Amino acid sequence: MSRFGSQILASILVNAIYEMRNYPAVLIITVLSPLSFLTLIFFISGGTLLAVGIVGGLIMSMFSAGTSLQADLSHLKNDFKLQDMVVGSPTKASVYVAGMAISELIYASPALIILAVLFGLFVHVTLAAVLGIVLVMLMMFLMSISLGFALATFSSDIVQSFAFTRLLSLVFTTLAPVYYPITYIPEPWRYLAYLSPTTYAAQIGHVLVGYYEVPSAQLMIDWAVLSSLTIIFLWIGMKKARWREK
Amino acid sequence: MTRDGVIKCENITKVYAGGKTALSAVSFTIPAHGIFAIIGRNGAGKTTLARVLSTLLEPSSGQASIDGLDIMKDANRLRERIAVVPQEGRTVAWMTPVQTVSTYLMWRGIGYKESLRKAREAVEQVGMAGHADRLNRTLSGGMKRKVLVAMVLASDAEFIFLDEPSTGLDPISRQELWRLLIELGKDRFVLLTTHYLEEAERVADRIGILDDGKLVAIGSMEELRSRLRHGYSLKVPEGANLPVKEGETIALGNGQVQVLTTRDEALSLSKMLIEAKAQFSVNPVTLDDIFTYMVGAMDAEVAEAKEVEEE
Repeated sequence: MSRFGSQILASILVNAIYEMRNYPAVLIITVLSPLSFLTLIFFISGGTLLAVGIVGGLIMSMFSAGTSLQADLSHLKNDFKLQDMVVGSPTKASVYVAGMAISELIYASPALIILAVLFGLFVHVTLAAVLGIVLVMLMMFLMSISLGFALATFSSDIVQSFAFTRLLSLVFTTLAPVYYPITYIPEPWRYLAYLSPTTYAAQIGHVLVGYYEVPSAQLMIDWAVLSSLTIIFLWIGMKKARWREK
Repeated sequence: MTRDGVIKCENITKVYAGGKTALSAVSFTIPAHGIFAIIGRNGAGKTTLARVLSTLLEPSSGQASIDGLDIMKDANRLRERIAVVPQEGRTVAWMTPVQTVSTYLMWRGIGYKESLRKAREAVEQVGMAGHADRLNRTLSGGMKRKVLVAMVLASDAEFIFLDEPSTGLDPISRQELWRLLIELGKDRFVLLTTHYLEEAERVADRIGILDDGKLVAIGSMEELRSRLRHGYSLKVPEGANLPVKEGETIALGNGQVQVLTTRDEALSLSKMLIEAKAQFSVNPVTLDDIFTYMVGAMDAEVAEAKEVEEE
């Protein structure tokens, strides 16, 4: 195994494998969160929003992986001083975060697998649309882990950090039109939703599964905004995160 | 293995965002081997100095290097050779001692299987073979500290930074920790911060005394002793009125007076106190006495400087 491989595996073992073995309840919560919303949306809409809800669940799972990373990194940093021990070692910030990010994906994987199976059974779209949704999910993941890492390096209090995680999750995945179409929000309130990056991701997803159509110019704008935000958040994660303290 | 290099600090100053000066122009050069203990009161700057030297914290100004590697410019190269156990560093609750040590070794670039083998050896070395696979959350405070020491013991780091490793340990656990530290210091450089003066005296080859961000004194125990003109300390209750001729008297502020003096005068004063059936203690100068003297002297200097400023 290469040196980077060992360093990444260390993060995965600490934040996922060993934790899952001892605290399986955490795993149950990560599986149930996206599925509970989906169930709610399914019954309320009489099944008409199933495809929208499944795409919403996939986006939420990827975004939540980043917000969970923020909480987990803060916990390890503030309660165990783990970040200090890693900073004072040959592991670089990017490698540490890559391992931690993969560990969050491992946590999210049961929910992702269930949602992917539901997607295969109930949503019938072209391969191009599937690839588009995968790309949206990837961008959501990169965006949220960059944000999560940057925030975690600044946090000094785990209670504050957990509160912030819940706030991010509430604003960006529950209130924002991720599980439901943006057309359900009356104007002018609809424009407020565009403050959330998840709105652009969900809008692309909802169009790709054929729930509604938007002008191609609007779709281009959604992709452009989402790509730009991903780059901005990656830059914040790389440049603004506080690895060595000042 | 003995290191050839030195640990060099040149005017290291750290001013935090709130304006608090934690370190003020700290300068020293010491050999990069053996155990170097930094002592001082709470808030003296011990942790800040350890964090700056271990590349965790940027200084506001000044330069420092370890074995020729600059802590700012060569941080990545330096991190290949250092290991850090921070103040309040704790073992992750949901892991076992072997898992804790092995993942730390993996972060240092060692492969999975090799790290597990080395981790088990290190855990045994710190006397925890029977607890190697128990969850950390079930271990006592002393055992958890030992796991952290096992981490750095198992690593190939040449320069080890331990920030107050014995805080909160019972006397037995502390003595076991000292044994491990002495073991570590045989072939590596260990920087240890502590507010237990006895600990520094017992394990350190060199001691630095910090007070209010300033380095008051640095050297071996013998060198620090030589900073005091007298080798004996006699402590009596205030108002004892001793006829001190050679030594100097210091009010300790706790109802006691300390007389630092020569062996002969300490002997004659002791005889006098025995005859008067007075309570007293006498002993060769300890680090405790040196610390009180140095920090007290520093406080007097500050007071004097303030007086001059006011005039």
